[in-house]
Amino acid sequence: MIICITAQNDSLDSLVDPRFGRCQNFIFMETETGEFETVENPNIAATGGAGIQSAQLVAEKNAVAVLTGNVGPNAFKTLQAAGIDVFTGLSGTVQEVAEKYKNNELQKKCGPSVGSHFGANG
Amino acid sequence: MIISVASGKGGTGKTTVAVSLALSLNANTQFLDCDVEEPNAHIFFKPEIKDKITVSIPVPEINEVKCNFCRKCAEICAYNALAVINNKVLVFPHLCHGCGGCKLLCPQKAITEINKEIGIVEIGKAANLEFAHGRLNIGEVMAPPLIRSVKKNINPNCNVIIDAPPGTSCPVVETIKQSDFCLLVTEPTPFGLNDLMLAVKVLEKLNIPFGLVINRSDIGDKKVDKYCTDKNIPVLMRIPFKRKIAVAYSEGIPLVQAMPTYQNKFKSMFKKIIGLVR
Repeated sequence: MIICITAQNDSLDSLVDPRFGRCQNFIFMETETGEFETVENPNIAATGGAGIQSAQLVAEKNAVAVLTGNVGPNAFKTLQAAGIDVFTGLSGTVQEVAEKYKNNELQKKCGPSVGSHFGANG
Repeated sequence: MIISVASGKGGTGKTTVAVSLALSLNANTQFLDCDVEEPNAHIFFKPEIKDKITVSIPVPEINEVKCNFCRKCAEICAYNALAVINNKVLVFPHLCHGCGGCKLLCPQKAITEINKEIGIVEIGKAANLEFAHGRLNIGEVMAPPLIRSVKKNINPNCNVIIDAPPGTSCPVVETIKQSDFCLLVTEPTPFGLNDLMLAVKVLEKLNIPFGLVINRSDIGDKKVDKYCTDKNIPVLMRIPFKRKIAVAYSEGIPLVQAMPTYQNKFKSMFKKIIGLVR
């Protein structure tokens, strides 16, 4: 299974990016093998709808779960339509949260964790 | 003659200046409040509203029978108002600018447009002044289409005073374009200067002649004055920081009524503006 973790840098020891739609990088990890791919987020500077675009990007990579800090309402709606599980409120390194996911220590989120434009500071 | 009153920074005195300028002119004056997110000029004019017009924008509706989920609509939407996921099309009406591009380019002709109400235009009269303003519905973000609807009421036989929204973004540009002159209102503080400089850049780009009113002119520093001297921007009026002015404003009394000596000041400013436009 592929999971997606928002990351401030491009490696597994980078910190989880607290924003979803406008995070620095998406790290896609194959949970069985631990192999991963880093995708730079093209939507950081989108004028609007960054969360929607990012959710579509994650869906195209066939991820089954998103692990991040916060997810807004539009991104949540899009991820939900794609059948992707959403886990928010996470911090620490990418490796740490991936381990927690694998050990079933995370709780799935049933709604957005923040309002619109939360991660669009200016 | 169309004069718009704008500022970079909010709360500098746009409405104070716009209302008093309109009241100082002779008959044949029209006032448009284009600050549709929070119109407040009506508090001073107390107009009798005679007409209310609902304003809508077209947003896409997807016929899921005809749609083959090709993603063309989501790809071309500049505002990300559409997403295609797992044979589902998601529409985000609040992000839609109503451009109609998705409908035009849908290969399956699966998109129709439905009207989404964004606000109302109210038109009326206050004494011998023609009045119109827009009210954007709560939760709506698309101010420019509503501002366009307010501006459709411009009476070319009148002197038109337009109260603009604060800032320098799309609603401001929509409001001030096609004006013969733009009156910028600022205060002599670092914040006032910073946002004034942004507003000046917008006006230079739009090629609209402009001049400045310095409100609360006896506070702050001299940097706004220096900027105006360096840039050759005419300072058309200075309004000092007076408790009496603030009290009148808080009671919905226009400056020229609270302090009638200002009427001549506004009249002579209008004459200066005519001179600058010619």
